[in-house]
Amino acid sequence: MSQVASTTEAIPQRSRRRDLHLADRIFYRVVKGTAWGMMVLLLSMIVVIMTMAWPALKEFGLRFFVTNDWDTLGDSFGALALIYGTVMSSIVALVISVPVSVGVALFLNELAPRWLSKPVGFLVEMLAAIPSIVYGLWGLYVLAPFLRSEVQPFLSEAFGFLPLFEGPPLGVGMLCAGVVLAIMITPTIASVCREVFAAIPVAVREAALGLGATRWEMLRISVLRTSVSGVVGAVILGLGRAFGETMAVTMVIGNIEQIKLSLYEPAQTMASILANQYAEADSDLHLSALTAIGFCLFVVSLVVNGSARFVVSKFEKRERGEV
Amino acid sequence: MSASNSILHVNQLDAWFGNFHALKNISVDVKDHDVMALIGPSGCGKSTFIRCLNRLHEEIEGAKVSGDVFLEGQNIYGPGKDPVVIRRRIGMVFQKPNPFPGLSIYDNVAIGLKLGGMRDRHQVEEHVHQALCGAALWDEVKDKLKRPGASLSGGQQQRLCIARALAVQPPVLLMDEPTSALDPISTGRIEELIQQLKATITVIIVTHNMQQAARIANRTAYFLLGEMVEVGQTQQIFEAPVDTRTRDYVTGQFG
Amino acid sequence: MDFAYRRRKFVNLVSLAGIFGLAVLAAVPFFVVSVFVLDKGLGAISWDFFTQLPKGPGEEGGGMANAIVGSAIMVGLAAVLSIPWGLAAGIFMSEYGDSRTARCLRFTTDLLASTPSIVVGIFVYGLIVVYTGFSAWAGAAALTVIMLPIVARTSEEMLKLVPDHVREAGLALGLPRWKVIVRLVLPAAKSGVITGLMLALARVAGETAPLLFTALGNNYHSESLNQPTASLPVQVYNYAMSPFEEMQQQAWAGALVLVLFVVVINLSTRLLLRSKQGWSS
Repeated sequence: MSQVASTTEAIPQRSRRRDLHLADRIFYRVVKGTAWGMMVLLLSMIVVIMTMAWPALKEFGLRFFVTNDWDTLGDSFGALALIYGTVMSSIVALVISVPVSVGVALFLNELAPRWLSKPVGFLVEMLAAIPSIVYGLWGLYVLAPFLRSEVQPFLSEAFGFLPLFEGPPLGVGMLCAGVVLAIMITPTIASVCREVFAAIPVAVREAALGLGATRWEMLRISVLRTSVSGVVGAVILGLGRAFGETMAVTMVIGNIEQIKLSLYEPAQTMASILANQYAEADSDLHLSALTAIGFCLFVVSLVVNGSARFVVSKFEKRERGEV
Repeated sequence: MSASNSILHVNQLDAWFGNFHALKNISVDVKDHDVMALIGPSGCGKSTFIRCLNRLHEEIEGAKVSGDVFLEGQNIYGPGKDPVVIRRRIGMVFQKPNPFPGLSIYDNVAIGLKLGGMRDRHQVEEHVHQALCGAALWDEVKDKLKRPGASLSGGQQQRLCIARALAVQPPVLLMDEPTSALDPISTGRIEELIQQLKATITVIIVTHNMQQAARIANRTAYFLLGEMVEVGQTQQIFEAPVDTRTRDYVTGQFG
Repeated sequence: MDFAYRRRKFVNLVSLAGIFGLAVLAAVPFFVVSVFVLDKGLGAISWDFFTQLPKGPGEEGGGMANAIVGSAIMVGLAAVLSIPWGLAAGIFMSEYGDSRTARCLRFTTDLLASTPSIVVGIFVYGLIVVYTGFSAWAGAAALTVIMLPIVARTSEEMLKLVPDHVREAGLALGLPRWKVIVRLVLPAAKSGVITGLMLALARVAGETAPLLFTALGNNYHSESLNQPTASLPVQVYNYAMSPFEEMQQQAWAGALVLVLFVVVINLSTRLLLRSKQGWSS
């Protein structure tokens, strides 16, 4: 019977339905095409940058990543100091930012009443909206002098025996870059942490309270221990942001390609050398070497962000599906 | 009834969510080793009521309570009373199994003991063993105590949560529809368990299932729209209810 | 027992105080940065800043009119290029987003969005600047690449907020899918989508790194889109690194303009969204 009904209905309407299908199909193809455009864009970025970087990668090979030699006149390039600068400044940023971000996320999600968490949350989110260049300007003219005259003398006195805090206070340098980066990645880490904490069911918190846990014990057992993998994902996302951050770092890190353990010393990162030298590259090989650094930065950002997103989404799925 | 064998005494309890008056003037006495079932339609305050008994209700933003609840003669809403201490004397099992996702089976049970300051490892092990036996779970998990609590089935998870609550040996156990998320077989095992528990502790259980109340409880209270309409021996509530509203409900003429 | 209890209370208090302290630490930088930008920027800003061209090094006065116009042109071009494209991609990911392809493309878009902006600059350098030189077009192209994934993802999220019954109602009326999307779903998500677009604009307006070697910079107004073109962020950067006090002053004024722009857009979109939500619920 259903067969009869469907055939009698299908015949008179057939042509019109086809038209509808056609319009729908065209619309679908168009929007799908634009979405595929994203993939095309990403792939062409890889191809274009790879092509430009190839001469330098071919010339120096693996040596490019393990030697510290940036001689623009002698056309000899090794990026080790830049890699060190990027990694070290990011580590300093994480050391400062991770406790602050996790703390503010806990405070906003778990402790603060609504009337307080909304405006404070806004202040933290706004940190992400301020342009990098403004952080650079502030870092260079406000933070660096402050570090030089107030913070670094204090650190030298308290921890001067550590090689990290050795030498004369300069203000501008690795420490300054790390602090500015910490401010810039805090909203990223905090907001992902907040998402992660929010994915934990209320019942898990009540389980702890019902057992007679204090508020802190509840946070430790029900929130922090439950969300370790999600928080790791958040930190990796912040790390990805720190790796690629350019302008603010360029303005406060001192821009010298050197590997010094002291955080007071100037340094150079992969991103900052691009900002400094790309527009005025001395030779084709120099330009290619710079592009190779950009390529490296690109690949690292793809890997770091890809894995972090994977970890966070897996965590959220687990929380949604499980309890 | 004499006050001597009453473990929990509720006196003129009112509770609110914001402006919503969720519990209206509840007074009731629960005796030692009772199993008391709270029945009634959804949203009538049963869960709110037991959440007032361990001061969990006030954790919700905008929630308020007034009145007195005496646990073993002490007013838990009295001045200077710390909910943290009270909740150790009165365990709770929730509607959905909620083991701590970050902890192993063993740690899920041990956590309450550790919070209480029990340091001695053998002592903790002994209590965990007892609690898991008490929750009829020991035989099923004794070989995988280090695995995450979430790896168990739903019914096992719920018994794990019961073990977690029992481990600190509270005199009273609150259960908020503990079988509503479970299949009939798991439900049966938990009902059996409750029968065994009443030898040692007092159980107050919310249920939407009248047969369940009839099976396990010796006393039953009927809630409607935030009021405790009637409370009495289970048999009396089901066979000879005094209030017409109770009769309508237990004979299925409600709504 | 009593000792353990007191110790737990103490640990609880200390830890909660610590969390509160960390939260204060997180909220303070925004104040500190904006107070300094306000203080130094207000001292340096004047009407001339918006209407005059830059003066030579060490000279008093002058402004950044060329940079403001350049920024407006490049951000405008980027908006024109990226909004239709990004919106369409957002529609695909929200309305046809259950397939494996869609999930893969969503992931791609996320990766694009988190690509360091300096890398985007290199890409556009290799794609355009190598052949035609520094230009407003190249700058706009770089900003487009940055804006595109943001537009796509935010519009996707806003479209997803539209409840399914809106779509079902349309389909039940016999409307084709595309009409349901264009006539019913998009209008329902309008305020959210516009909010997302505004935030994306605010984000690219402050971008410096991708313009450094695409649009380069210019001390005068550009005569065509094929010339090197000044932009506010790059000009702020160049002036900030200059040894001349007058130029540093101008940099603070530029930073003030950028921050005000960003804060105003963020605040107003938030208020817009809140009033909309209040109305609908």
